[in-house]
Amino acid sequence: MQVPAQFDYERATGVRHAIALLTRYGPESRLVAGGHSLIPMMKLRIANPETLIDINDLDELTGISITDGALRIGAMVRHAELLDSPLAVEHFPILVDAERVIADPVVRNRGTIGGSLCQADPSEDLSAAFTALHAVAVIEGESGRREVPAREFHTGPYQTVVGDAEILVEVRVPIRTGSGSAYEKVERRVGDWAVAAGGAALWLDGDTVGEVGIGLTAVGAAHFCAPQAEDFLRGGPATEERFAEAGRIAAEHVRPTADQRGPEDYKRHLAGELTTRALRRAAARARGSEA
Amino acid sequence: MQITVTVNGAAHTREVEPRLLLVHFLRDELRLTGTHWGCDTSNCGVCVVQLDGQPVKSCTVLAVMADGREVRTVEGLAGAAGLDPVQQGFSDKHGLQCGFCTPGMMMTCRALLDRNPDPSDTEIRVAISGQICRCTGYENIVRSVRAAAEMERAARVEVEEVQA
Ligand SMILES: Cc1cc2nc3c(=O)[nH]c(=O)nc-3n(C[C@H](O)[C@H](O)[C@H](O)COP(=O)(O)OP(=O)(O)OC[C@H]3O[C@@H](n4cnc5c(N)ncnc54)[C@H](O)[C@@H]3O)c2cc1C
Repeated sequence: MQVPAQFDYERATGVRHAIALLTRYGPESRLVAGGHSLIPMMKLRIANPETLIDINDLDELTGISITDGALRIGAMVRHAELLDSPLAVEHFPILVDAERVIADPVVRNRGTIGGSLCQADPSEDLSAAFTALHAVAVIEGESGRREVPAREFHTGPYQTVVGDAEILVEVRVPIRTGSGSAYEKVERRVGDWAVAAGGAALWLDGDTVGEVGIGLTAVGAAHFCAPQAEDFLRGGPATEERFAEAGRIAAEHVRPTADQRGPEDYKRHLAGELTTRALRRAAARARGSEA
Repeated sequence: MQITVTVNGAAHTREVEPRLLLVHFLRDELRLTGTHWGCDTSNCGVCVVQLDGQPVKSCTVLAVMADGREVRTVEGLAGAAGLDPVQQGFSDKHGLQCGFCTPGMMMTCRALLDRNPDPSDTEIRVAISGQICRCTGYENIVRSVRAAAEMERAARVEVEEVQA
């Protein structure tokens, strides 16, 4: 039987209250959202917080909306809600592609967007999707709010820029015209973490790539992104040959490690192939011609 | 700390350690052993209960997180009128053999039918994809849920006819 070590439990009533509790209990306190990453780690005694601060009552962190020209996703939005969101389908289908293959439907009822990003697991799917979308994370602390681009959010495996007494409030994705996005994942079985996965977002200007984002997970891509492949595509024609070349470039720069999900060369191959497939599907969506 | 959890409509107040998991609260404190306890890693799904109407894996929820909330377990399925249609479906269509996964399966399927009264076979398979059954090969579980949906549809038609 797996039982966490002892800890104290507090329930926050608002964002300010959560920050005050984090400040009062110090670095040995942790927020708990869905608990589906933290509680398993506590059961294995990999995480041993002295105080848990429950943020499940924080209505300020819920909801998906269009605000100031951006899709706004509250940190406490559950995976299941993002999967079912008509706004996500309309503006950023990459999020729906990714959600469909994150864990299983019952886990998705509990796990949250904010918890996923803050857990910063190197195989986490949404980090790659938000990186591709050039999303922005909104973080609140005692001195107010700050905005951090998704691709600067993670500082390493299981590490983010969120401070000890800070809380991720929401994620924002700016809405621009001509966009198409898609996510491709290879998993050993339904509900499993990725062997490798890649997401792409394109903003087309006629047939030219105006802006592009490529996010990769589980393959050791720094900050979950593929900047060399993005630089290659930006400003050029959106063609199949160039998507294939972008995949090749992306594969060249990842640093996968062998584990029970596969050897290094296989993961490297997937990084390239999934990048190309995601770009192809993103372009078809941008052109409104998805098969 | 003291918590009050409403389980199958009845409020239960207990003194618990914050580290107590919901599955053990239900089984050991409330003696509701219908909810099973399996892999302990939120993979197998035998511990699924409904928390505020949503199926969740209760091995990965703290009992204190359910304080003030509503839990529904397999013991809360049958009502005064007898078995829930989901239970009747599992019985009629042999949706179980050993029965270990059955309580969790039924709680997920109940929530599915509440949301989607006429699910396709694929929708049923997706809904239970986070739960493992080693006996049925899932075929009979899908048939059971179809049967339950059919029973509920027939009951709705009957109500409409009486009202008309
Ligand atoms: C069986 C299983 C399979 C899974 N498969 C996948 C998969 O395929 N792909 C995938 O991407 N994920 C997968 N996950 C992870 C799942 O998405 C988790 O739910 C998610 O990673 C964490 O979300 P949570 O709300 O449960 O976070 P929690 O466990 O509550 O928290 C995780 C961490 O984030 C911190 N935190 C939470 N919210 C905030 C906030 N608002 N501000 C600051 N810090 C915060 C916590 O303090 C903690 O350190 C899986 C999980 C399980 C159990």
